[in-house]
Amino acid sequence: MNADERRCFLDGADAVATAAAVKSGKITATAAVSAALERIAVADRAFNCFTNVMVDRALADAEKVDNAIANNENPGPLAGVPFAVKNLFDIGGITTLAGSKINADNPTATRDAAGVARLRQAGAVLVGTLNMDEYAYGFVTENSHYGPTRNPRDTTRIAGGSSGGSAAAVAAGLVPITLGSDTNGSIRVPAALCGVFGFKPTYGRLSRAGTCLFSSSLDCVGPFGRSLRDIATLYDIMQGPDADDPVCTKRPPELCSPQLNQGIEGLRIAVADGYFATGAQPEALDAVEIVAQALTNVLKYGMETVATTTNPPKIGGLGTVSIPESDRARAAAFIITACEGASLHLDNLRSRPQDFDPATRDRFLAGALIPATWYLQAQRFRQWYRDRVREIFQQTDIILAPATPIAAPLIGVEKIVIAGQEILVRPNLGLFTQPLSFIGLPVLCVPVQRPGALPLGVQIIGAPYSEAVILRVAAVLEAQGIVSAEIGP
Amino acid sequence: MTNIEKYVDRTTELINLPLDPEHRPGVVVNFERIVAIARLVTEFPLPPEVEVAPVFEP
Repeated sequence: MNADERRCFLDGADAVATAAAVKSGKITATAAVSAALERIAVADRAFNCFTNVMVDRALADAEKVDNAIANNENPGPLAGVPFAVKNLFDIGGITTLAGSKINADNPTATRDAAGVARLRQAGAVLVGTLNMDEYAYGFVTENSHYGPTRNPRDTTRIAGGSSGGSAAAVAAGLVPITLGSDTNGSIRVPAALCGVFGFKPTYGRLSRAGTCLFSSSLDCVGPFGRSLRDIATLYDIMQGPDADDPVCTKRPPELCSPQLNQGIEGLRIAVADGYFATGAQPEALDAVEIVAQALTNVLKYGMETVATTTNPPKIGGLGTVSIPESDRARAAAFIITACEGASLHLDNLRSRPQDFDPATRDRFLAGALIPATWYLQAQRFRQWYRDRVREIFQQTDIILAPATPIAAPLIGVEKIVIAGQEILVRPNLGLFTQPLSFIGLPVLCVPVQRPGALPLGVQIIGAPYSEAVILRVAAVLEAQGIVSAEIGP
Repeated sequence: MTNIEKYVDRTTELINLPLDPEHRPGVVVNFERIVAIARLVTEFPLPPEVEVAPVFEP
């Protein structure tokens, strides 16, 4: 490869292709990381994804990878792949901001968060940290301290949140992969609005050790990427028990990459109706239908459609399922989040409320006043709702639902009209994501690109620990070009 | 003064959470929202055997 070819390859390559080129000696890790640092230096002014770019550290890490290769050592499956993380992941020697001004006064982290450590161990090179809503409390990444992150598909629009920097950095092609966190939809909402893949695994599947928690009952971490094989690779690397996260499962890892292309024969796939088909712009539901129709075409022989309603309408040729009381599930998630979030930040709410982002401060303060009985009722309802959804997963393997009710709104807009009703943007972007994370389900947000229009996301939802099945379904859609995540506007 | 305003004032005092007068209207609005949302949860009858699932491991 000459210099131009190398640059062209690196600007468009996913993590798997980058690592393969580094391992085969076609390019060096230093070249791969330098190219990412240049892209960030040139392009991020337009997007504001990064809150910290660690040039020296990244180049030093890249050199270590190149030295390992020169010494015939195994550099790891992500050799030389540049990556970045939402700034609530600890990085040894750096202060973890979690989108706040307050945490800038904290001492530096003593070691990397588990997710960061596992990716670096696999040869990936950390180049920086990414913008987010303060303390992850939001769906917009319009951060008053660090500015809004702009959507690479249209820079007048929000990237979504709270992992807005993580989604936008991947959509803009600054880095091929990033990490984010999802409590109520904070991976899936920005993935949908920026048109990239975003994966929220089962609650407890990936260690959250070394991340700034928001609502521990619900918090998960997960990857963003532009290809399914990247998502599967990151998920596989990050699996495994961790005594430093009490929620992290002791189940042995189940590797998804080897299963990715096993197809979907025999799977029972349905579309969520009722709550998940209400309160959305028609195009959000159309995106679900496009995905459903593509899967129907693959499944046309031996397909089992699922029907729990008496006279189910067929969407894209698939049967429908009704997940009962999902509005209450969303409400219960809201109560738990407000209560746990406020509790975590109570000391600062007392001593320096003026230093919070105004967009989160009043919500945290109000959350501190929630009676214990409401919180406990919400936690008890969580069990009830989980049991109902478990029953549904006896009859179906995969459920499809929209990720957001609308495509990316304009920066600064507070209200929009959906189906003739004026609604608040901030809380309603999580309308379809909240009930699912409430009970810890694994969900992949897949991007549906629309020529001449903004992308939309579809949630591929599975039973707990069925990540491999979810990724197989998505791989079929990716192979057909139904879902994709190209770089750029 | 509404019941919610009274609740916000009394509770912040009780739990020693000083409330800047500038922040009070926003807190009241947000607590009104919480009250409306919480009703969806609190009005739903649950059998007594449904317990919370803490992660505590002794």
